[in-house]
Amino acid sequence: MSHNLPDRPMRLSGLEPLVITPDTNFVNVGERTNVTGSKKFLRLIKERNFDEALDVARDQVEGGAQIIDINMDEGMIDGVEAMTTFLNLIAAEPDIARVPIMIDSSKWEIIEAGLKCVQGKCVVNSISLKGGEEEFIAQARTIKRYGAAVIIMAFDEDGQADTYERRIEICERSYNILTERVQFPAEDIIFDPNIFPVATGMEEHRKNALDFFRATKWIKENLPYAKISGGVSNVSFSFRGNNTVREAMHASFLYHAIQHGMDMGIVNPTMLEVYAEVDKELMEHIEDVLLDRRDDATERLLEFSQTVAGTVKDEAKVLEWRNEPVAKRLEHALIKGITEFIDEDVEEARQAFAKPLHVIEGPLMDGMNVVGDLFGEGKMFLPQVVKSARVMKKAVAYLMPYLEAEKEVGTSSSAGKVLLATVKGDVHDIGKNIVGVVMACNNFEIIDLGVMVPPEKILQAAQEHHVDIIGLSGLITPSLDEMIHIAKEMKRLGMTQPLLIGGATTSRAHTAVKIDPEYDGPVLHVVDASRAVGVCSKLLSELGKDYAATEKEGLAKVREGYAKHREKKALVPLAYAQEHKPKLVFDATTVPTPKFIGTKHLRSISIAEVVPYIDWTPFFQTWQLFGKFPRILEDEVVGEQAKSVYADAQKMLRTLQKEQWLTLNAAYGIFPAQSRGEEIILGENGALGSFYSLRQTGEKSKFQALSDFVAPEGTVQDYVGGFAVTAGLDIEKTLTKFEAAHDDYSSLMLKALADRLAEGLAEYVHLKIRREIWGYAPEEQLTNDQLIAEKYRGIRPAPGYPACPDHLDKTTLFDLLDAPSIGMSLTESLAMYPASSVSGYYFAHPDSKYFAVGKLAKDQIASYAALRGIDVATAEKWLAPNLNY
Amino acid sequence: MTLAQAVQQKILVLDGAMGTMIQAHKFEEEDYRGERFADYPHSLKGNNDLLVLTQPEAIDAIHLAYLEAGADIVETNTFNANSISMEDYHMSDLVVELNVAAVESARRAIQQYRENGGTDAKYIAGSVGPTNKTASLSPDVNNPGFRAVSFDDLRACYFEQCEALVGAGVDALLIETVFDTLNAKAALFAAQDAIEASGREVAIMLSGTITDASGRTLSGQTTEAFLISVGHAPLLSIGLNCALGAKQLMPYLQTLDAKAPFAVSAHPNAGLPNAFGEYDETADQMAAQIKEYLDLNLINIIGGCCGTSPAHIAAIAALAKNYKPRNYVA
Repeated sequence: MSHNLPDRPMRLSGLEPLVITPDTNFVNVGERTNVTGSKKFLRLIKERNFDEALDVARDQVEGGAQIIDINMDEGMIDGVEAMTTFLNLIAAEPDIARVPIMIDSSKWEIIEAGLKCVQGKCVVNSISLKGGEEEFIAQARTIKRYGAAVIIMAFDEDGQADTYERRIEICERSYNILTERVQFPAEDIIFDPNIFPVATGMEEHRKNALDFFRATKWIKENLPYAKISGGVSNVSFSFRGNNTVREAMHASFLYHAIQHGMDMGIVNPTMLEVYAEVDKELMEHIEDVLLDRRDDATERLLEFSQTVAGTVKDEAKVLEWRNEPVAKRLEHALIKGITEFIDEDVEEARQAFAKPLHVIEGPLMDGMNVVGDLFGEGKMFLPQVVKSARVMKKAVAYLMPYLEAEKEVGTSSSAGKVLLATVKGDVHDIGKNIVGVVMACNNFEIIDLGVMVPPEKILQAAQEHHVDIIGLSGLITPSLDEMIHIAKEMKRLGMTQPLLIGGATTSRAHTAVKIDPEYDGPVLHVVDASRAVGVCSKLLSELGKDYAATEKEGLAKVREGYAKHREKKALVPLAYAQEHKPKLVFDATTVPTPKFIGTKHLRSISIAEVVPYIDWTPFFQTWQLFGKFPRILEDEVVGEQAKSVYADAQKMLRTLQKEQWLTLNAAYGIFPAQSRGEEIILGENGALGSFYSLRQTGEKSKFQALSDFVAPEGTVQDYVGGFAVTAGLDIEKTLTKFEAAHDDYSSLMLKALADRLAEGLAEYVHLKIRREIWGYAPEEQLTNDQLIAEKYRGIRPAPGYPACPDHLDKTTLFDLLDAPSIGMSLTESLAMYPASSVSGYYFAHPDSKYFAVGKLAKDQIASYAALRGIDVATAEKWLAPNLNY
Repeated sequence: MTLAQAVQQKILVLDGAMGTMIQAHKFEEEDYRGERFADYPHSLKGNNDLLVLTQPEAIDAIHLAYLEAGADIVETNTFNANSISMEDYHMSDLVVELNVAAVESARRAIQQYRENGGTDAKYIAGSVGPTNKTASLSPDVNNPGFRAVSFDDLRACYFEQCEALVGAGVDALLIETVFDTLNAKAALFAAQDAIEASGREVAIMLSGTITDASGRTLSGQTTEAFLISVGHAPLLSIGLNCALGAKQLMPYLQTLDAKAPFAVSAHPNAGLPNAFGEYDETADQMAAQIKEYLDLNLINIIGGCCGTSPAHIAAIAALAKNYKPRNYVA
């Protein structure tokens, strides 16, 4: 062996590299995508059943093939066309395309057609001196320019090499021509010294295996960097029908060939036994033949092989995922892009769900969401996502007749007509295509104009087809300007359709600031494909106008916020704000003496008592259902959904009470307090510490701070309250159960209910404070709607919210209330645990109102930091979103 | 000194963005049209490659600004000057003229640089963009076997452009922003044919683009697979440009540094675009990031892509002259 040579590994690539060094184990080349070797593959190609043909390729890669050999040499097949089509299809299958391709043909035009389709560095299988040196050189030069490695058959003008001497003679001559006259890289040369059948009964075939081994050894020793390959299954040709013998023979042949230096080979992994596991006696008989150890070796093996039954191999292999529940199977198929079982799985799901549409909205969309997440995390890449979209499309195609059948029983035809286009100058359309697929699944009629669509064409098509919605997509930054241009044009043409903006460089901010102002109709930024259906359905619903108006307001707010952020808000100096702060009246009526002073804990509060105080409107928002409760239940569009989720909520509320899934605890306290500027001093002479508030300094603000609602030092004795309530205790136990059952719906439902209960509990405790504990409103009789509308006297602002954007007071609050003893705690970032918790202050003054502090300048941050006794940097960190600098 | 010799001596500085500099002119439709195309029946706004014919002074001035900022290599304004991309503007028949004019513009700028007293060796790289079609991906999700363009189409298209650039006297062909390796292989095929036919010695530089979070090209290859797939060509350099900022590019450059038997180049964007598609990384910020490349000795050729300006290139050039180029064995 040439140990002193510098390292020159053979480097091949598919989507991923394959580097073959002297230390690399035998490289396994998949052989089943070969029409000359596989009847099944031949049938599939003849029938043009490329989907299943791809499954054959995928199985090989999943089964461990590191290169796949593709051969389309059959008289009845147009080889150039079949090779081109199949390689193009493989390029769209990343689990296959990740490995290098071996383009296998005896026809040069098929080889060259293959080379034009493969982006990676592939292997040409094969060329030889059969047609003379001139042709050989021309072909080698062309292969080099395409950037492929090459297999050279031991074949010359006089025929195929069938002896040891002929093998080495032809290989040496080929090698010299390639390296000296073509400057072909030696490490890219692979020899196939011909594997012929043994045990044929013909005397001249006795040394077929042995000569291959010896030639291999000679080549490795004499032709630096060259590699050896071969088609292994040829050797056992005489034993067709007896797989046990064939598999054992392949194992033995490979074992010896590798010992002699064979680097790679075409091997069917399912037709290969593990060398060490072959029956000893069988192996001895086989090796007698391969190594030509006895004159009667062939007869003895033939005889012995009769005793070995051709057993069928276990086909369980990589199909374990088939045992999963149907939703998981659909997810797997979507992620892996496997269409093989999609019809049967979708059928199973269809029978399990009430409506075919639910299969799409449920497991299929869930699967696509996983795909979206994986893509976002960089764990999937574009071609895979495209494949997933295709599986989705197939699934939907299967459901289509059922969806159609449903339609006849009532609902209207198309959900709406949507035009999609990737704007001029941009070729990126995968996201747009996914949007198209998903929307089509949801019964929208899609007019997809493709990529690089000039604005005129978009506008013209929109008018011609009377579309309901126009969706623009773009990935590169100049596309943003195109979108602005189209918005302007739409306005100029007096169009009114909603304009949807999506794609990687687009953003809500950009849409709000740059696109929305250019068009009077609705403009919506759609974050990803999974949102598109919801947005379009809402836009085209009865309430579409309201929804669009709300969205437009939303964008206007973003714009305002952006403008504020950009231009810096005009702020007055803190001193000025302090001087002009509101002066509240503090007297016997405005400063009521509490009936209770101190802190108190309420444990295991009855859920039934809290339920009436639940504000249900945000509950529906959690489920992406928009509208005020209870009107939403009667809503024409979302009413049915809302009713169903509300019914489920009521059901779970009953169960969670009966089975005590949640424990509701509350802590409250009322403390003597006086204000000193922005500080609220608690207890006698500050014995209980202080709260620190922030003052509005916006030019047009009222210059309020929460401390203004408390009587200043030296005036009347005043009080401030605090509370911390939770409805999330013990929730994990049940969540874990749901999650184990893949019941995301129930899990979400429980979290949503716990949140609502926590808010309801805060409302409930506050009511008790006003009526009984502080007792300044004993006569209060407000409906839940009035409570929700904050019609009561006094406020309960929470740290971290607009009136007190700093979370730091929570620490003080939790200490004062001894919240940990009712099971509540604070994380490092001062988030409350359990998550379904609420805490805040109580102010009782009739003029106390909720407000937003807004932006803060350096002077206030400095003053605030000094007051609180923290450094400016810490204050800046906690107040980062409010900083005006 | 040829470019191949120069790259052994020092870190070569490539120029910065052409598009960003053109945008600053805020050219309108009539500016793009000029007199010659005043009555052209199609919209021409945005056809930046046409400006070598209609606003040549502007392009000359951009080249000159980069040369004076310290760029050793200027790229011709020909990123889309190929018959496939020019179909958008119905100008495929102008490809040869555009490429020749673009090389002349770069040459005029070098001449002006000399007249202004500049003495450094300067080189012209003919920019060969990827075209707007991909040979490995189907634009039709329902027909994954479909291809909007074939290898042969691309090869012919690239040959026309490369032949014009080589004929007009470029020192190198820079095949850049490769998002599909099969396109690049067609370009390499054509570039070698064109160079061989000319009998001149012209270097081939290749630069790919990593487009997504998984660190792959648009057509799905890892950086190493990309390198292997183009390693058959006689490259002067291989590198990465566009899509990512200097910071994000680092791990992939390290792969190239470890595996490439060619010079390694990088011309990153000025950071990642913000929500408005603007690049906000300043010259100093970008230089600080590139300093990390240089400290690790990853680089032979360095420049800028989208969002970079002469200020960025000046900062990079000032930095690069303090470092030795990366060592590599061809």
